Amino acid sequence: MLGRTANGLYWMFRYIERAENIARLVDAGLRVSLTRAGSSDEDWHGVLESAGVRDTYSEVHDELTAANAVDYLLRDQTNPSSVMSCIEYGRNNARMVRTALTRETWEATNEAWIDLKAHLARPLRAPELPELIDVIKRRCGLIRGAFHGSMLRNEIYNFSRIGTFIERADNTSRILDVKYYVLLPSISQVGSALDNFHWESILRSVSAQRSYGWVYDSEYLAANIADFLILKVQMPRSLAYCYEKIVSNLSYLEADYGEHHRAHDTAAAIKGMLKRGSITDIMDHGLHEFLQDFIYRNNQLSADISDGYRFYQ
Amino acid sequence: MLTAENLPRPPYQTYQEWYANQDAAHLIRKTQDAENIFRKTGITFAVYGHADSAEKLIPFDIIPRIISAREWRKLAQGIEQRVLALNAFLDDIYHKQEIIRAGRIPRELIERNVTFMPEMIGFKPPGGVYTHIVGTDIVRTGEDQFYVLEDNARTPSGVSYMLENRETMMQMFPELFTLNKVQRVEDYPRLLRQSLACVAPPGCKGRPRVAVLTPGSYNSAYYEHSFLADQMGVELVEGSDLRVIDGRVKMRTTKGYEAIDVLYRRVDDDYLDPLTFRPDSALGIPGIMDVYRAGNITIANAPGTGIADDKAIYSYMPEIVEFYTGRKALLDNVPTWRCSEPDSLKYVLEHIHELVVKEVHGSGGYGMLVGPTATKQECEDFSLKLAARPHNYIAQPTLALSTVPIFVNKGVAPRHVDLRPYVLVSDKVKIIPGGLTRVALKQGSLVVNSSQGGGTKDTWVLED
Repeated sequence: MLGRTANGLYWMFRYIERAENIARLVDAGLRVSLTRAGSSDEDWHGVLESAGVRDTYSEVHDELTAANAVDYLLRDQTNPSSVMSCIEYGRNNARMVRTALTRETWEATNEAWIDLKAHLARPLRAPELPELIDVIKRRCGLIRGAFHGSMLRNEIYNFSRIGTFIERADNTSRILDVKYYVLLPSISQVGSALDNFHWESILRSVSAQRSYGWVYDSEYLAANIADFLILKVQMPRSLAYCYEKIVSNLSYLEADYGEHHRAHDTAAAIKGMLKRGSITDIMDHGLHEFLQDFIYRNNQLSADISDGYRFYQ
Repeated sequence: MLTAENLPRPPYQTYQEWYANQDAAHLIRKTQDAENIFRKTGITFAVYGHADSAEKLIPFDIIPRIISAREWRKLAQGIEQRVLALNAFLDDIYHKQEIIRAGRIPRELIERNVTFMPEMIGFKPPGGVYTHIVGTDIVRTGEDQFYVLEDNARTPSGVSYMLENRETMMQMFPELFTLNKVQRVEDYPRLLRQSLACVAPPGCKGRPRVAVLTPGSYNSAYYEHSFLADQMGVELVEGSDLRVIDGRVKMRTTKGYEAIDVLYRRVDDDYLDPLTFRPDSALGIPGIMDVYRAGNITIANAPGTGIADDKAIYSYMPEIVEFYTGRKALLDNVPTWRCSEPDSLKYVLEHIHELVVKEVHGSGGYGMLVGPTATKQECEDFSLKLAARPHNYIAQPTLALSTVPIFVNKGVAPRHVDLRPYVLVSDKVKIIPGGLTRVALKQGSLVVNSSQGGGTKDTWVLED
């Protein structure tokens, strides 16, 4: 496979994963503003920060309002991480690697682009938002379904999956990092209404408000939430799960090509750290420091993969 | 579609009976369905310099154009003769130049032509093939009467539309294909790959590695490039993926650099090799011409084939066909005035309102004047351009083109069309039965180019 094609697949799936994650963040933000007494537009700060666009937002908008934040996150094409931009980049990459995709996968991606472009063509009114977020999630789900149902389990599949999970790990760690302070044991007052709202919004951002209850007690505990999102291998958006997958997809590539790269070592080291880690240690040593370090190493892996498999050079 | 007595021409008879039983509203819905299929599949093209430039659909007409087996056989013979003559001509002008020495073609017309490529002099491409893929543009004026408009011998495009049009028709109207026995076009990608593999360099061992070279996803024909690579099961490469290493052209893969044997390039000659041609080209591969001349890669079509489909050379095609095949051309040329000749120029200027005037090196329907539909002012403006650079133009009469029916909201209406059959040349010549029919959608219009509002339709060649 061409290095450029591997690169295109990797980024196609990163962008589609990101589009879906941004939609989830907006969903969590909307939920908060509906359910929490005394909520204000200021709550959108955290959402913008989780999406990594707080600075660029203030370049475009003078004040923070819910309507502007939602517009910026979903529609604004000057925001490279808006849902519309992600779908556009994802589809452009898909078009570039068209020959590597099945017709089903390509058509699901192309139709997502056509449909969302129409839905996001004009500013949205608040009552339309729940339906729209549903459309975004459904479209991304259709791409994933077509991909899983029709693609050969070969190098193409592996590069696509690696892109998905590196993006997902990045998103989950950022969501946690923005809210890390509410998870600190010293500050949190267990069971208070304030905490519940923060925690529920974290869980909602990763579509885990229900599954949390299956794994832990229904009571929200800071350590449990951090454990769930970082170390729980059963949780499909946890860092540990993402690295299980990344390491196994990389090892398929290693077996297939008979080549071992630095990327394999980087990924194995991160997976090992997540496997051995305990949530008490992580919180004792500093959750924020842990997450910052993780984000850095996750980016490092991305660079190692791009070197090893000749994405650009 | 109709005879003088207003009866359907024989190849349309079965279709006509079927059509008579269709409900108009249903067919309007089908037209919409077809558009959705094309949009969903991403069968789009970009129009350069268009404000809303992103991606456009080429309008698709649901009524097929139908050609009888008998008429097709005649046409195919003429095309084969012409394509063989084109290859012989190219071989000759890059070697012995006998046609010039015989006084049939003026020397300066070849050697001063910008499409003539001195780098190709004395070089024989692998298998001796210059034009691996040809799309001959043809118009029909009446029963068994065909004229060749152009020989596209460089990189003819549109074959993906031929294939997708058929696919769409089979999806929408399967019953039509049981009522009519239509010859297959679906084999094209497989035949193309075979044909390309067949002309691999002599040193190539094992199964030749074929790749399609595209200028990139922003190119107007990108859909077609990816479609063909996908259907052939070969890599779609860009210049930035390729590099000359150890005398071979190699592509950067996830496992390292791997050599390519045959490159089906959809990049113009000028951009192919910045070391030999345009130094500013970012689309090409530095040094590929050296690899080519050393016989280590096949480039299809060969560089320098543009001289054969140049519009000034076109007017000599009857002589060219006769010179190399020893027989009169089976297909007629449209009578052509070469404006570089003073008598012709005089005639063209006097009759400009009756003629179609084209730029010698132009394509895509740009830079041409259609006299009968142009305003007086447009004719006068064009005359000035023509008088200033006469050697840059040729002129042709407008032919009494036959029309075919298209589907409009009120039923059927006649429109002018042309036909581009696709021809593959390797150790043999293969002509795909059918081709791309382009339709001038505007009533009375003769311009079929997609960049100027033309549409397409499926083209059926019936079995005997």
